[in-house]
Amino acid sequence: MGDMFRSEQMALCQMFIQPEAAYTSVSELGETGCVQFRDLNCTVNVFQRKFVTEVRRCDELERKIRYIETEIKKDGIALPDIQDDIPRAPNPREIIDLEAHLEKTETEMIELAQNEVNMKSNYLELTELRKVLENTQGFFSDQEVLNLDSSNRGAGVIDEATVQHRGRLGFVAGVINRERVFGFERMLWRISRGNVFLKRSDLDEPLNDPATGHPIYKTVFVAFFQGEQLKNRIKKVCTGFHASLYPCPSSHNEREEMVKNVRTRLEDLKLVLSQTEDHRSRVLATVSKNLPSWSIMVKKMKAIYHTLNLFNMDVTKKCLIGECWVPTKDLHIVQKALSDGSAAVGSTIPSFLNVIDTNEMPPTFNRTNKFTRGFQNLIDAYGIASYRECNPALYTCITFPFLFAVMFGDLGHGLILLLFGAWMVLSERKLGRIKNGGEIWNIFFGGRYIILLMGLFSCYTGFIYNDVFSKSMNLFGSNWVNNYNTSTVLANPSLQMPPRTSAKGVYPLGLDPIWQLADNKIIFLNSFKMKLSIIIGVLHMVFGVCMSVCNFVHFKRYSSIFLEFVPQILFLLLLFGYMVFMMFFKWFKYTAFTDSQPETPGCAPSVLIMFINMMLFKNTPPPSGCKEFMFDAQDGLQKTFVIIGLICVPWMLLGKPLYIKFTRRNTVAHVKHNGELTGNMELAEGETPLPTGSSGQEEGAGGAHGHEDEPMSEIYIHQAIHTIEYVLSTISHTASYLRLWALSLAHAQLSEVLWNMVLSLGLKMAPYTGAIALFVIFGAWCMFTLAILVMMEGLSAFLHTLRLHWVEFMSKFYEGLGYAFQPFSFKAIIDGEEEE
Amino acid sequence: MGAAVLLVLFFTGLWAAIGIGGSIITPRGPQQKLTQCILMLTAGCCWLFWLCCYMAQMNPLIGPRLSKKVIQVMAQSWNMPITDG
Repeated sequence: MGDMFRSEQMALCQMFIQPEAAYTSVSELGETGCVQFRDLNCTVNVFQRKFVTEVRRCDELERKIRYIETEIKKDGIALPDIQDDIPRAPNPREIIDLEAHLEKTETEMIELAQNEVNMKSNYLELTELRKVLENTQGFFSDQEVLNLDSSNRGAGVIDEATVQHRGRLGFVAGVINRERVFGFERMLWRISRGNVFLKRSDLDEPLNDPATGHPIYKTVFVAFFQGEQLKNRIKKVCTGFHASLYPCPSSHNEREEMVKNVRTRLEDLKLVLSQTEDHRSRVLATVSKNLPSWSIMVKKMKAIYHTLNLFNMDVTKKCLIGECWVPTKDLHIVQKALSDGSAAVGSTIPSFLNVIDTNEMPPTFNRTNKFTRGFQNLIDAYGIASYRECNPALYTCITFPFLFAVMFGDLGHGLILLLFGAWMVLSERKLGRIKNGGEIWNIFFGGRYIILLMGLFSCYTGFIYNDVFSKSMNLFGSNWVNNYNTSTVLANPSLQMPPRTSAKGVYPLGLDPIWQLADNKIIFLNSFKMKLSIIIGVLHMVFGVCMSVCNFVHFKRYSSIFLEFVPQILFLLLLFGYMVFMMFFKWFKYTAFTDSQPETPGCAPSVLIMFINMMLFKNTPPPSGCKEFMFDAQDGLQKTFVIIGLICVPWMLLGKPLYIKFTRRNTVAHVKHNGELTGNMELAEGETPLPTGSSGQEEGAGGAHGHEDEPMSEIYIHQAIHTIEYVLSTISHTASYLRLWALSLAHAQLSEVLWNMVLSLGLKMAPYTGAIALFVIFGAWCMFTLAILVMMEGLSAFLHTLRLHWVEFMSKFYEGLGYAFQPFSFKAIIDGEEEE
Repeated sequence: MGAAVLLVLFFTGLWAAIGIGGSIITPRGPQQKLTQCILMLTAGCCWLFWLCCYMAQMNPLIGPRLSKKVIQVMAQSWNMPITDG
């Protein structure tokens, strides 16, 4: 059958690869992305596997790439985006080149950074020195002051003893952080017992700290003191408070000269700094062109080595053995990839692929395209299908938007949804490139085809419901006429049109527009929508029960068709299918255009009451002139149906367990043997392995129902639970489909309220002021429409439709006990990492 | 209800053409079964929906109750003049 009808057939394969060709072969397999490897080294620690050193190498390369990336981001250089030209995994020569490149770039970056820090500290010192020189002008008088500064160690030039005798002041000059000034001053006062005189002036602009780059406010100070000991103490305090001391000559001329000197040095240093910055930018710019592709190459390399770690090294046979799940349709692709891998290395010994038989349950793989992926995700969110089970996603493509539309039915809102979906689909290439859209955008964009279809179907149902923003369209002319004359009309505030005389035909496509203007619109619509919901619901559920036949036939459980499917479908059809039939019959039979009394509208019985009476074997006397039943054989027919339905219940309850009991007794001397088949094989619950591979696989998959080991009591209990669940679900799920009516009603009413209470206000105002008011009110109406009716109601209807599918439809046949197929694919790995 | 049979046949035929005819003429390819399934389901659902709406109005059991204003507006806009008297 078709691709999405059931999941694909999978094969368990063993590959034998030469160690030389291993890297390239796995690289080719990663590019194709159709193989899921199994871990053959589960018992081995991660750090003891064969290719650990290579993985470490890749980690090292990744670290270097990350470092360079942060440096590039710091400078604000943009990294180019590779969309189309994704590079392949590097071969050994390219790996060596890559390592050399990255090594070189990294060392260069580190060197540059270090140099920059050094130069910046130099720059800071020179700047501070200049500030000190400039700011200390005012501290000194014209008198010569002996310079007892630490930098002046001119031995013999100054006679210390002479200085002390003369009692002249010495000084130290420096720069300190502004926060520390007061502590510094206090400390100096304490150590010198008040014999130190500190003069300071704050610097206006902050200076940048070379290591961190933060601006810091500093203060220039000069400390005057007398005596050698005090000088030492002051110097110790300065060191303690991280104040930098600078040599400051005492004479004015010397100071001037020094200032000029410092200024020239500062200019030079600034030049060197800017050149360093340029050099760094250039280096980064050259690297940034190649960096994304290098990054991808390293990721691929790491993935390949991780995968190679899953292989088993068969020492005697001198080759690597790997086990993998491959879709049977893709086996030739895998063969080609293996041969390409061997050819790339020039190996003469080819790698080969060996399909092995197994009873393990393979992973479930549904091949989807961009259209079906959204719907498959909706189904998988409930549970991954068991292997080769019928896939409900195929039908969900249409039933999901249809049920949504029944609840959302409004041509105007449907049009909005349609346009939104169409925009996303038509510009999907451009929109697909957006990486940081956010979680919500990703959800909407991922479901663009779902939204498109929901919009399309909503337009159709909105057209049939004749509801455009709560107004109806009169396209074909209303089929109701007014037969009252003028005096009657003027005398009565409202008049009811009798169907017999006023109904002149049926509106061809949809609901007659007159109903939108009627006061009793809801009564008519309720009857119509409730019947519609039950009809759709029963049909959907019958469809679900019939799907179980497909599963039974495929898994060759023919007994279940008679023991499970037949009673289920009989129960559903005879009771609820009959109710649907009654609805249709009532639509035909009771008409205003007849002359026989029992068929007039006044005699039309309620379908629900009839159904309840049928189930309870009750009879209610009809009003006079009317008949109790709609057709003559109804009473007998109903009783038969109920009795058959009641028989179905013990049939469901006991049929299967008794059958299993009989079949077990017949095969009592059953030899359970573990087949000596190649490779890793596990038998599921004692199911005997069948000679043919594929059917063995699928029997194993259906072996969840293999009951060889289960005691009979378990089976009886299981079956009892299933039966009760099914019987109760026929009623509860049928009633559950009434949400189609409920949400549709709520949507229509909300829409009407919004029109009458918001937009009408603007439309009813006086012309000139009304125009301006309408402009504003229309904006408010649009906002409410989008927020409440499209978004909120849309989300609500989406959720209810999802529930109807998951619970009411899929519980009739779906198992959902499989696990997803996760192939080794570079594309998936790279996309997954980009999302983080 | 006489002329209405034609209408029912027309719409049934239309949706049957889309569903069954469309399925027959879908081109071969990997998506053929998917397209056929989609066409048939769409045709089935849309036909059923239209049919229920049509049949609900075929033999109406009640008629619309219109207010005085609405009757008068209808007389003017929908060309349904009120008989004198």
